[in-house]
Amino acid sequence: MQIIKDRNISNDDWVIAREIDDAAFVPKDNTIFPFSYWQLNSGDLLKQNTSHAIWIDGDIETEQLSSHLNHLSIIALDFPAFKDGRSYSHARILRDRYNYEGELRAIGNVLRDQMFFMLRCGINCFEVTEGKNAEDALKSFNDFTVRYQAAADDAVPIYKLR
Amino acid sequence: MYKYDNYDQTIVDERVAQFRDQTERFLAGKLTEEEFRPLRLMNGLYVQRYAPMLRVAIPYGLLSSEQLRMLAHISRKYDKNYAHFSTRQNIQFNWPALETVPDILADLASVEMHAIQTSGNVIRNTTSDQFAGIAKDELEDPRPYCEIIRQWSTFHPEFSFLPRKFKIAVSGATSDRAAIKVHDIGLNLIKNDAGEVGFNVIVGGGLGRTPFIGADIRPFLEKQHLLSYLEAILRVYNRFGRRDNIYRARIKILVNDLGKEEFTRQVEEEWSHIKSGVMKLDQKEIERVQRYFTSPEYDDNASDDTSFNELEKSDKGFSNWTKRNLFAHRVPGYKAVVVSLKAPGIAPGDATDEQMDHIASLADLYSYGEVVVTHDQNLILPNVKQANLFALWKKLSKKNLATANIGLLTDMICCPGLDFCSLANAGSIPIAKQINEKFDDIDYLHDIGELKIKMSGCMNACGHHHVGHIGILGVKKKDKEFYQLTLGGSAEKDACLGDRLGPSIVKEEVANVIGKLLSVYVEKRQDEERFLDTYRRVGIEPFKERVYPKTPAKEKAHANN
Repeated sequence: MQIIKDRNISNDDWVIAREIDDAAFVPKDNTIFPFSYWQLNSGDLLKQNTSHAIWIDGDIETEQLSSHLNHLSIIALDFPAFKDGRSYSHARILRDRYNYEGELRAIGNVLRDQMFFMLRCGINCFEVTEGKNAEDALKSFNDFTVRYQAAADDAVPIYKLR
Repeated sequence: MYKYDNYDQTIVDERVAQFRDQTERFLAGKLTEEEFRPLRLMNGLYVQRYAPMLRVAIPYGLLSSEQLRMLAHISRKYDKNYAHFSTRQNIQFNWPALETVPDILADLASVEMHAIQTSGNVIRNTTSDQFAGIAKDELEDPRPYCEIIRQWSTFHPEFSFLPRKFKIAVSGATSDRAAIKVHDIGLNLIKNDAGEVGFNVIVGGGLGRTPFIGADIRPFLEKQHLLSYLEAILRVYNRFGRRDNIYRARIKILVNDLGKEEFTRQVEEEWSHIKSGVMKLDQKEIERVQRYFTSPEYDDNASDDTSFNELEKSDKGFSNWTKRNLFAHRVPGYKAVVVSLKAPGIAPGDATDEQMDHIASLADLYSYGEVVVTHDQNLILPNVKQANLFALWKKLSKKNLATANIGLLTDMICCPGLDFCSLANAGSIPIAKQINEKFDDIDYLHDIGELKIKMSGCMNACGHHHVGHIGILGVKKKDKEFYQLTLGGSAEKDACLGDRLGPSIVKEEVANVIGKLLSVYVEKRQDEERFLDTYRRVGIEPFKERVYPKTPAKEKAHANN
């Protein structure tokens, strides 16, 4: 899958398991599990000496994740539609309140013109939608050189520099 | 007024470049209609019944004469030589071509203006008291806080995809002229027992389909916590506000569903995590912004010239105007002058390019170059010396801007309605016209006195009909336009929602029914009572009886409904 991570275009082999309903499911490495699956199986999964990743949607309360953060190298945040802005708050709570330092990856309906906002909320990795140009998308990070408010990326609001 | 520095200017310039690129990508077919929609909406660009509509932000309603001239220029160059001032102190252009919008934004940026966040599910333009800075009952000027909120909310990365639009109003006076109780957040500057000035925080008011008066969730908030507390409220709303039904998505529904106590608890809990961090507002920043809102150099002897008193006696037109269109000023010898955009035959709130240019010149001549847009869709020249009132009145009259009807029956609030809006069920502007034609006797209007008629073409309530002394709501029945009347609403300190008068009435009857309501008022009023006072004292029954007389046949018809 093509991704933009820390402002660079690259490929990686993480696969998102959107739904797991088969009892005979055998977990593979580099799978981004639904949080519900992780909750049930984290004991077994943690025995494997590998990196762990989950994905959440807007319905999951970030507070539920707090005790799992140490084990997770990727938390993917789902944007099912551009209008659903809950994951922006999730990202900020994970970064600002819980000081989560692993990867926050935007998945789902990730529009180029929203990536600037996502980046500011602490999301550092973006799934590139098939058929969209990643180079074009990269440009959008430079749309604004000035930001009024503090967020996960800027420690201070602009007025402190005035 | 606030002046942009390099940072502010860079943001609006970069916004123009960004929107130009987005528009070009859309026109080149690289963005679908669906993908372009949220982008243009964040820039105030709607696709309406006949053409796009561009809404331009006028932060807390304050304009310089230079900015007003630019708005006139835009209406001339890109539109049909007029524009429409809205109830949220903004301005709307009804006929721009999509491909010219980036150029319009560039013109706006050249005078420190923009269309950022004038639509979409974002924090909208913060509104305020139209008499901010000059009102006698003001504790502190609310506009510096509006500007601080404007900057904090502009391109806020976390709150650009909220469940629904979000409106904040700030008032600094004893009287509420900013309708803070019917906003998503209303802030009122107050003094606590220790003599410190801070904010009373009201959340979850609003009109629309499900009107609510806001809940008082914090009696006193210190100024340094303004932004952290707003951020906490917005975060709770962004996470838990409903997204499954746009009619249940405003914060008022969340506050009502959770209950005031639980909502407040969640806000305070969120706030506890962020209140002592970087969100704390520096006193230095408050003072920096306040320095932009200092008073002009008033003439200490302005009250010496009392010639306008004599002219009032000799000129009936002038005295009618001074009775209705002036507002008391905290400085002796000065008045705030309300320029009526409610002349008969004109859609309420519309101004032509010529009128805008004319008002800009008068602002330079008589009011230190500033103009304020009101919630009632008029304009104000806030600092006029009383010695200049007569000359100003004469000059306003020349361009049909001196109708002596402020606060009267014909000073109606009116949404664009079926004539422009794709949501509307019924026309508003034709009803305004009908009312103007029926009530064209200025002496009668003055005798009836203060009466706020507010009109919306659909339940979305852009014309704020719920809080009109008389509210008029357009509804559609079997493809015909009908109108539902409410009585006794108010958006002020005594905020309350109007009561439904009865079954909706046909279009042709609206002005006649208002005539009947007023005849009841004239019969029942005592002393100096306004329509609203009489209504509150006598209740809805006498009005009902006059409009829907009980004949046996009618009663039967009602029973069958």
